Amino acid sequence: MTASQTRVPRSSEMLHDYLLSEEQLESMYRYMLLSRRLEERMMTLNRQGRADFVIAGAGQEAAQVGAGMALKAGVDYAAPYYRDLGVMLVLGMTAREAMLNTLGKLDDPNSFGRQMTSHWGSVDRRVITQSSVVATQLVHAVGVALAAKMRNDPIVVFASCGEGSTSRGDFHEALNFAAIHKLPVIFFVENNGYAISVRTEKEMPVPHVADRASAYGIQSAVVDGLDAIAVYQTVRPAVDQSRRGGGPFLIEAKCFRMWAHSSDDDHRRYRPREELENWTSRDPIALFRSRVEEDCLFPPEDLDAIESGVDVEVRAAEKWAFDQPDPVGEDALGFVYKDADDV
Amino acid sequence: MSEVSVLEAVRETLDEALGADDRVFLLGEDLETGGVFRATDGLAEKYPGRVLDTPLAESSIVGITIGAAHYGQRPIAEIQFADFIHAGFDQLCSEASRWSWRTRGEQYLPMVVRTPWGGGVHGGQHHSQSIEAYYAHMPGIKVVAPSFPADYRSLLKAAIADPNPVLFLEHKRTYRLIRQEVDGAPAEDRIGHSRITRTGDDLTVFAYGLMLHESLAAAEELAGDGIECTVVDLLTLNPLDQETILEAARATGKVLIVHEDTLTGGLGGEIAAIIAEQAFEDLDAPIRRVAAPDIPPMPFHEAMESFFMPDRTKIAAAARDLAAY
Repeated sequence: MTASQTRVPRSSEMLHDYLLSEEQLESMYRYMLLSRRLEERMMTLNRQGRADFVIAGAGQEAAQVGAGMALKAGVDYAAPYYRDLGVMLVLGMTAREAMLNTLGKLDDPNSFGRQMTSHWGSVDRRVITQSSVVATQLVHAVGVALAAKMRNDPIVVFASCGEGSTSRGDFHEALNFAAIHKLPVIFFVENNGYAISVRTEKEMPVPHVADRASAYGIQSAVVDGLDAIAVYQTVRPAVDQSRRGGGPFLIEAKCFRMWAHSSDDDHRRYRPREELENWTSRDPIALFRSRVEEDCLFPPEDLDAIESGVDVEVRAAEKWAFDQPDPVGEDALGFVYKDADDV
Repeated sequence: MSEVSVLEAVRETLDEALGADDRVFLLGEDLETGGVFRATDGLAEKYPGRVLDTPLAESSIVGITIGAAHYGQRPIAEIQFADFIHAGFDQLCSEASRWSWRTRGEQYLPMVVRTPWGGGVHGGQHHSQSIEAYYAHMPGIKVVAPSFPADYRSLLKAAIADPNPVLFLEHKRTYRLIRQEVDGAPAEDRIGHSRITRTGDDLTVFAYGLMLHESLAAAEELAGDGIECTVVDLLTLNPLDQETILEAARATGKVLIVHEDTLTGGLGGEIAAIIAEQAFEDLDAPIRRVAAPDIPPMPFHEAMESFFMPDRTKIAAAARDLAAY
C-alpha cells in the first residue's frame, strides 16, 4: 500500500498563489524525494561495490521536478542530461526502471546495459537517447523542434544541461538556430556552479548563463533552482508561450550540487569546507517541505507518510531489480544498424 | 533518357525524393540558391519550405539532422565541402553512429549527409580532401562513394530510404566530368555491395570515386599491352562487401588497391587485411597499394597536386609491376 492511499486525495483545483494544485504539490514533493532516495541508494550500492557508477542530481531536484512538471508528459519531447533523474521520474520513469539502469540490467529501458548509468532515453516517454558528450543533445532538441514545426505538431522540446555544457559550441549553435526559426525549445540550464571542479568564474565571463540569451534574441530568465515552485512558475509560462509559437526560451536555474561530480570524484579536493558543511540549509527538498508546512497546506504527518512510502518503494525496486537478468557478453552485438524491415 | 552527369544525377534524385515523400527536406549552407556546386538548383522554388539555408556551423547541421530524423522526417544534409565535416564529427561519430545500437533499435535515424569530396580541382588543403577513412572506421554509419551517375541515382535513393545514418560522398571532380546514359546502365541499389565493373585474368584493382575512373582508364591502356585487369568499384566503404572483395581477389591472385586518400590508415589497409586474412593462399604476389603520400592533403599548386594524387599513369605503372611479379 502506498502512502497516498492512506490519506484523503488532494484537490486538483489550482491554488492561484502557487499556479499549482494541492495534488501537484504533493506530486512535486514525492518526485523530489523519490529522486533523492533513489540516488542515495544508488550511491550506497556503489560504495558497496554493487553498482559501477553513479552520477547524481542530488541538490538539483527542485529544478528538475519543477521544470519537468511544466511539460506535457508523453506529448512534449525531452533531451535531458545525465543528472536529470528528477525529470525522468516526472516523465514516467519508475523506481524499478531507475534501479535497472543503475545496475546496467538487460531490461533497462534506457540503453539495456549498453550505456553508463543515467544516460537516458525512451521512445514512449519521448526522451531522446543521450550520451556523455555534453551539449550535443541541445542541437538534437532543435532538430526535433524543427521537424515538429514543419509538421505543425504543437509540441515543445525541453533541452537541459549543466552550465558546463554552455561553454561548448553546440550550445551556441543550438540557441542560434532555434532563435532564427523561432522553434519551440526550452533550454533549461541547471547551473550548479561547477563543471566537475571548474568554478563558474573560470567557465564564463558573465554572471549568468541567461545573459547569453540576448546575443541570440532569445527570452530568458534566472530562477532559484532550490525552489521547485518558483521553477515551475517560471518554466510553465515559457512552455505555454513556446507552444503557441513564441519561440525558444533560455531558463537558468541556480542550483547547488550537493555531492561530488560522480561516484568517482572527491569534491573535498576542490570545494571549500564551509560550502560542503552548510549544504543542508540549501537542500531544496527541506526548503519545499518547510514552505508547504508553513503555508499550512500539508500537515507534517502527511509529508512523513509520503516519505515513508517513497522509502518502501525504493527498497522494493532495488530488491526487484537485483533479481532481473544481467546481459551476457554477446548482448553487446546487434542493432549496430537498424533493420529496414523493422521500421 | 539522355546522358546525365554525376551532378545531374544527384539533383534529379533529390528532386524525385522531395516529390515522392513530404518528410524529405534538405538543409545546409547556400542550398536555397542552389548550393556552391548547383546540386540543389531550382529545388527551393519547387519545394517551398523544404530546402533550408543553415548558418555556417557544421556541428549543428549534423545535429539538427539527427533531431529531425529522430522525429521521423527524412532530412538530407549537405556539408558544403567534406573538408569541413569534421566540425560535425562529434555529432556523427559520438551520436548518430550509435543511436540504434544504444537503444537496441528503438530509436533510429533515417538521415543522409551528402558531401563533395576529393581533389583534382586545385582546391588546396581544405577543398580537396578524402575524409572517408575517419567515418568508415565508425560502426553505425554507412559510407557510400559511387563513381558512375547511375549508381549515384540508385544509391542516393537507397540512402534516403535507409533507416540509418548514411554519409554519401560525391566526388567533386567527377560532378561534371563523368557522364553516362543511365537508362539500362548497370546500377547498384543495395548499400553494402561492390561491383566488378571489368573482368580480366591478370590482376584485380580496387578503387572508388575518381580513382575508379582512373583505374578503368589504366586498365584500358594495359589491355593494349596484353595485361587484363579485373576492376572493382567498391561503392560502399562501410560496411565493406567482403564477399565481392574476396571473390575478385581470388579471381586473379594479384591485388592492387587504389585510393586518393593518403596511404597510412587509408581504406587500402583494411581491404588488404581482409584479403590477407581470408584469401592468402590464393595470392600470387604481395598486395600493392597506390595512394597519396603521407603529407597533409593536399597541395594547391598544380604541379604538387598532380604529384600528390594517384592517376592512370601511376596506377598503370604499379599494375605492370604487379603483373610481372
